[in-house]
Formats: sequence, structure tokens, C-alpha cells
Amino acid sequence: MKIRANAFIGVLLVGGVALMALVSRVWTPFNPLKIAPRMRLQPPGGDFLLGTDEFGRDVLSRIMAGAGTSLLVAAATVLIALLLGVVVGLVAGYLRGWVDRVLMVANDALLAFPGMLLALGVMVIIGANKWGIVLALGLAYAPTAARVVRGTVLSLREKEYIEASRVIGNSGSRTLFVHILPNCTAPLVVLATSMFGWVILSESALSFLGLGVPPPAPTWGNMLSSGRPYIESAAWLGIAPGACIALTLLGINLLGDTLRDWLDPRMEHR
Amino acid sequence: MTASLPLYVLRRLAWTVPTLLVVGLLVFVLMRLVPGDPALLILGDSATPEQLARMRAEYGLDRPLPLQFVYWLGEVVRGDLGKSITSGEPVTQLLVDRFQVSAAIVLVAVALAVLLAVPAGLYAAWKQNSIADTVVVAIATFFLSIPSFWLGLLLLLFVGLKLGLVPVVGYVPFSEDWRSAITFLVLPALTLMLIELGVLTRMARASAVDVLRLEYVTHARAKGLSERRVLLRHVLPNAMAPTWTLVGLVLGNLLGGIAVLETVFTLPGLGRLLVDGIFARDYPVVQGCLLFTAAIYVLVNLVVDLCYPLFDPRIAAA
Repeated sequence: MKIRANAFIGVLLVGGVALMALVSRVWTPFNPLKIAPRMRLQPPGGDFLLGTDEFGRDVLSRIMAGAGTSLLVAAATVLIALLLGVVVGLVAGYLRGWVDRVLMVANDALLAFPGMLLALGVMVIIGANKWGIVLALGLAYAPTAARVVRGTVLSLREKEYIEASRVIGNSGSRTLFVHILPNCTAPLVVLATSMFGWVILSESALSFLGLGVPPPAPTWGNMLSSGRPYIESAAWLGIAPGACIALTLLGINLLGDTLRDWLDPRMEHR
Repeated sequence: MTASLPLYVLRRLAWTVPTLLVVGLLVFVLMRLVPGDPALLILGDSATPEQLARMRAEYGLDRPLPLQFVYWLGEVVRGDLGKSITSGEPVTQLLVDRFQVSAAIVLVAVALAVLLAVPAGLYAAWKQNSIADTVVVAIATFFLSIPSFWLGLLLLLFVGLKLGLVPVVGYVPFSEDWRSAITFLVLPALTLMLIELGVLTRMARASAVDVLRLEYVTHARAKGLSERRVLLRHVLPNAMAPTWTLVGLVLGNLLGGIAVLETVFTLPGLGRLLVDGIFARDYPVVQGCLLFTAAIYVLVNLVVDLCYPLFDPRIAAA
């Protein structure tokens, strides 16, 4: 019962954000980039459901457009991190020996950096823009994926059916891709879900610092940061974008918990 | 059994050296990947040709890269991280000054969060699937989902501006007036504590649930021990280990992510130093911050690991 309620709220929240992002591609109440000096800092209500910002831009329209940016960046980042992680994890776990040792030393060194710090370091080199964030965060989170995949591969490669696959003469790559990789799906789905949450959070944090998606393109993070000076007179600028980040993360966390209960047998009956 | 404890400590200490070396290598490579002449990057645009030449000779910048790394490492080990391009101050001094602010917030926040999260998690696990459990998990998941900078902003708005209980902007160093220093640090520490409370409570609950299912707990209960004794003496120590690991990770992640919070509360901490350094292209400062924070992270995890045998003597025995 509890699991169903969690899953329901999770799907509702994440689905809502995804829908908002999709709709923003074709329609927003106002142009999210259009500056209207006479309409600046209008409180919520009337024409502007969530008010306007310091340039007179409609906050709701910007939030909708920001959802698109956040989800796009998060999806691309998770994809890169998983791709890198799966390749490294598969190779290390399957070949073992010195390849495994070298890859894992490098991997652990990257893990010795807090994710956000590594991302900041990479941003120094590639500069603040949308694809810079994707690359920086993708590199920062790939080692975690590599660890998970390697662990799963190591535990699988001793199983009888893998042995059987080798005995009947299947090539290493066939065994790896047809028999081992599909069995990494469950832990990877769970990981990808939490990673999606981390990336949304990190992206908004980087944008908040001014090191993310550059203005005037709206993201929830840079909206919070530009609303920060007006927090006393125009509190809505600081509330709406943050609430969106929090609700998205809540949805992802609830979904993640549900997925873990379903896919990870060790976690049953929690 | 007893002889293996010093061995465990020694082995763990020995592992730290290569880890720190690789961290250094990573920062070195990262800084070398920045496009441009390294000497010019380190000294800034105002450098004279003589200064540049001296720099190149001192750091061996005309030598092959592996040698450059060795020279660089030598300087770093001696505590010489160069001078800030923007302020001219030695980077090491800047790091030490700024670190005090960040460390004060992070340590207080994590200590309080652990003190609240462990009992809450243990209680929720004990009352698993009850209403109390659901409420604890719901609150924890709620705080887990709030970005620290947004919670900070809200606290700033309601506690600072609306209620006027604490100052909202600025900072006074401890050395000048420790009472007002504390008032500036209350909100940031409270923010971090609430956020970390979410992660740690969920972890403490999950590990306690695992332990409660084990047979030795059933046995302890069957012996007729009081529930209180079963929970505190038998469940708590075993449930603490995973939570304790998480404390190490949390401390490190906080140091990496504290820049946002220091931005909200305009505090002169380590994170702000790094971000300002990135904006000003002050590479010695950026490099110093990366190295210092990563080194602290490695050392914190070392301390965490060294504390393990306190909870679980089997770890040292293995």
C-alpha cells in the first residue's frame, strides 16, 4: 500500500515536470525571454500566475522552459555517465587482472573527488555552458556507474549459466553483451534514477553559482540566483523555482525507492 | 586478534599516500588542460618577461611533463601553492583562513544531524511500518529532496528577514567577536543539518532494519533482555557501521558543494574562494582549493575508516 502511494506520487510529480517540459517546447503563456520593463516585479496573480522577474519576464513561462533545460541536461548527463561507466565496468569486471587493477585505481582516484568538486574542476577548462555541464557532471558520475557494473559483472561471471555460455563456445563479447549486460539492468536502472536526481541537483547548484547554463536562458538554478537580491521585496522569485527543484527531486526519490523495492530482492519487505 | 588492529591502522595509513598522489596527479593534469601558457596562467597577465622566465625555470616548465609533475609536487609538499593572482596573498594562507568558516558550519551541522538521525532511524526501524515509521521516512525523504541553497534562501527569508532573529548578510571572524560570529553561522549550519538529516536518517533506518532481522537479535530477545538493551547494545553498534561510512561521504560532499550555501549567506568560506577563483581565472587559487578540498576528503575518509574498529572489531581482525 505504502509502495503504491509512493509510486503514484512519484509518477505524478516526475510526469508533471516532463509534461511541463514538453508543453514548453510548443507553448508557454508568454515568451520566457521577452523583457518588459514596465511589468517588472509584478506579484503573482492576474495575468502572471507566478508573477514577473526583475526584467518583467513571466516567471511561469520561464519555469516551464527551465524544466525543459533541466531534464535535457540531466538525461544527457546520465546517458554519458552510464555509457562510460558500463564500458569501463564491463571491461574491468570481465577481463580482471591488470586491466581491472589499472582501471579501478583510476576510477577510485576520480571517486576520491567529491562529484561537485570534480565538476567544478572540469568547468574551469571547458567553461560554463549547457554541454560543458553535461560533460563535467557525466565525468563526475561515471565512476559510480563503473563501480556498480563491475561489481555485478564480478558476481555474475562465476554463475553456472555464464560458464555454460563459455563452454558451448560463445565468444567473450557475445557472453558479455547477451548474457551478462542484460543482468546488470536492474542495478543500473536503480542507479540511473538516483543519478538523475543528483544531476538535477548539481546542475541547479552550478547554475545557481553562475557556472551552469548562462542567462538569459532560464534554468531553475539561475532563476534562483538572479532572484536572490530581490528576496525581501519579491519573495516569489525565490520560492517558485526552488519548489520546482524540490518537487522534481521528491518525485525522483519516491520513484527510486519504489524501483529499488521492485528490482533489488535484498531490499524486499522494507 | 589484538595484533591485527595496529596492522589494520598501518595498512589503511599506507593506502592514503598513493591516493593522495593520484589526487595530486589529477589536479595537475586538470590545471595543465587549461588552454594557455602555464607560467602566464600562474603569474597573471601583469607578469614581466623576467618573472615568466624565472617561473619556467623554477617549475621546470620547459622540461617534459612527468618531470614538471615532480617539481610541482615538491612545491606542493613544501606547502607552497603560489600566490593569488588577484590579491597577491599566499594561497596556503587563504585556504587556511577560509577553511575555518566552512569547517565550522560543516562540522556542527553533521554532528547535530548524526545525533538526531541515528535515534530517529533506530526508532523508525524498531516501529517498522507503523505510522511513526512512515512519518519519519516521509520527513526524511522530504528533506532529502530540498536543495540546500533553496532551504537556505527560505530560512534567510523567514527566520532572518521576517522574524529578524539573526543577521542575514556578512560575517565577523571568530577571532574578532566569537558571539556575533556564531549568529552568522546559525542559519547555514541549520540548513545543512536539516538536509543531511534526511540522508542520514534513511541510512540509519535501513541498516537498523537489516540488523533487526538477524537471528542474534531474536536470540537476544528470547533471552529476555529488555527491548531497550536489545536496541542499544545489540542493534545500534552493528547498524552504525554503514551510517558511519555515509558520514565520511557526506562530509566530503558538503565540502565540495558548500559553495552554494556560502553564496546564499555571503560567507567567506572555502567554496566561495574556489568559485570566485574560477570566475577571476585565478588559477593558483583554483588549484589550491581543488587540492586542499580533495585532500581533506581523503583524510576525512581515512579517519572514518580508522574509527570502524570501534563499532565492529571484526573489521580489524579480517
